[in-house]
Amino acid sequence: MLEVRSINVAYGPVPVLRDLSLTANQGEILCLLGRNGAGKTTTMKAIMGLLPVTAGTVTFQGNTISNVPAHIVPTHGIGYIPQGRKLFGELTVAENLAVGLQTRKSPQRVMDAALDMFPALKTRLNQRSETLSGGEQTMLTVARALCVDPHLLLLDEPTEGLQPSMIKAIRDAILQLRRDGKAIILVEQRMDSVLAVADRVAFIEQGQIVETTDGDSLRANPSLLRARLGV
Amino acid sequence: MSVTAKTLSLHLGLIAVLFALQFILGPYQQGNIARIMVLATYAIGYNVLFGYTGLLSLGHAMFFCAGMYGLAIPMYHFSVPAELAFLMALAIGAGFSLLVGLLALRTIGVAFMIVTLMFAQAVYLIILYAAEWTRGDEGFVLVQSTRTLFGVDLTDDTAKYAAALVLFATALLFTLWLVRAPTGRVLIAVRENEDRASLLGYDIHRHKLIAVVISGTISAAAGAGYALLFGNTGSTFATVQYSILPLLWVLLGGAGTVLGPFLGTLFMYYLIDYAADVTNAYMLIAGAALVALTLFAPTGIAGTVRKHLWRWLP
Repeated sequence: MLEVRSINVAYGPVPVLRDLSLTANQGEILCLLGRNGAGKTTTMKAIMGLLPVTAGTVTFQGNTISNVPAHIVPTHGIGYIPQGRKLFGELTVAENLAVGLQTRKSPQRVMDAALDMFPALKTRLNQRSETLSGGEQTMLTVARALCVDPHLLLLDEPTEGLQPSMIKAIRDAILQLRRDGKAIILVEQRMDSVLAVADRVAFIEQGQIVETTDGDSLRANPSLLRARLGV
Repeated sequence: MSVTAKTLSLHLGLIAVLFALQFILGPYQQGNIARIMVLATYAIGYNVLFGYTGLLSLGHAMFFCAGMYGLAIPMYHFSVPAELAFLMALAIGAGFSLLVGLLALRTIGVAFMIVTLMFAQAVYLIILYAAEWTRGDEGFVLVQSTRTLFGVDLTDDTAKYAAALVLFATALLFTLWLVRAPTGRVLIAVRENEDRASLLGYDIHRHKLIAVVISGTISAAAGAGYALLFGNTGSTFATVQYSILPLLWVLLGGAGTVLGPFLGTLFMYYLIDYAADVTNAYMLIAGAALVALTLFAPTGIAGTVRKHLWRWLP
């Protein structure tokens, strides 16, 4: 579905990603793990066209998407939920979702499915999104990205700063999305979440994938986390 | 009552009140309200760009003048009938704002403000230098007999008021529709967070350009309406003062609210009108009132109402 092949990305003269390759497959959760500054978020930004790829290619469903304008990438069916919530605060919950729905002119049922995943939002459709709680805002951010009807979803620390009940809701949603056949790339600091959902795990160090393992192996031998991340 | 019903009731109610006022007010106040409605139309245009899209222009007088001279020159020099001249003014306003948008939107932030200011200064100088067509600083007056629209004499106070109301109501209802339409929602999304809107698949530049063209065209309609209803033109309307005024009206009334531009224009117009009766230093009173409003209602009149009373206010 998504193939990142030997990409290089730099911030000005400073190289950040070097010869990085990874794949994401339908119905699979790939967790991207690494220490701060290793290049996890940069990888996501490069896939989304927010940073120029100076070498290598990114292809999605057979189409090359490296270095296409950032607003074109979502129209291919890729959703991105960056760190932080940052909704369109003056728009209501329904309007936020409608903005997502408009992108690919998705049918109403896509929005209904997104709301089914987060029933708490259903009662707040006409409420301005800036008045939601932190957890509800995260739910809305995820739901809005789902309204684009993506085949691939990139999530950058979606549970950051949330209370346990909200973390569980987001985690359940991610598992539901996998069951629905979406490909998911997840950057997550919470190792319990990683162990709970990962099908594959890729470790990034200094802008390169240094090891890839499957989720079952990691669950059987979590000491790898300590070796790679020191946690 | 649903939000849509409340919203429609409020805005149609305002139009109904303005319609009724002509039967209550004397000729002087009627003239004032007619002028306020035309200027509020200009502010509505400005609000589309500033209030809803988050782009601060310091040169909107150029769009107002594009409409004003786009109507007045064909009427004055070529005896074009008012109906056709008004359509020409709208087309000129739309085309000119598209051109300005294509160039100015290559910049962002402060640079955008400066570029729009410079374009407006260029328009001001063109009006001065092209005196053969514009009569420069003094401008020209449209002959009374030419100021008719579909056979209605717009120099008549009642007809002038009605025409100003039609212009204002059209702009108001169009904006109300726009901000609830898909394009309007994206404009608000661009204002709230450009990057996130882009990550949802929206071409930010294209939507900003749409906002500039809509804003410029409404402002041009106001300029054309002003020339047609009040009969005069002049380079004064192209000065920086006429670019700052809609900003003030929108800020006072409430940026990003549909009613804000009207409330701000109404408030500022009468504040200056009454202050001028009290003292020659009327701008001092106006300034103090503006400072007080900014301190105690920083989101403007309609913004404050929305914050504390009617959260549904568009």
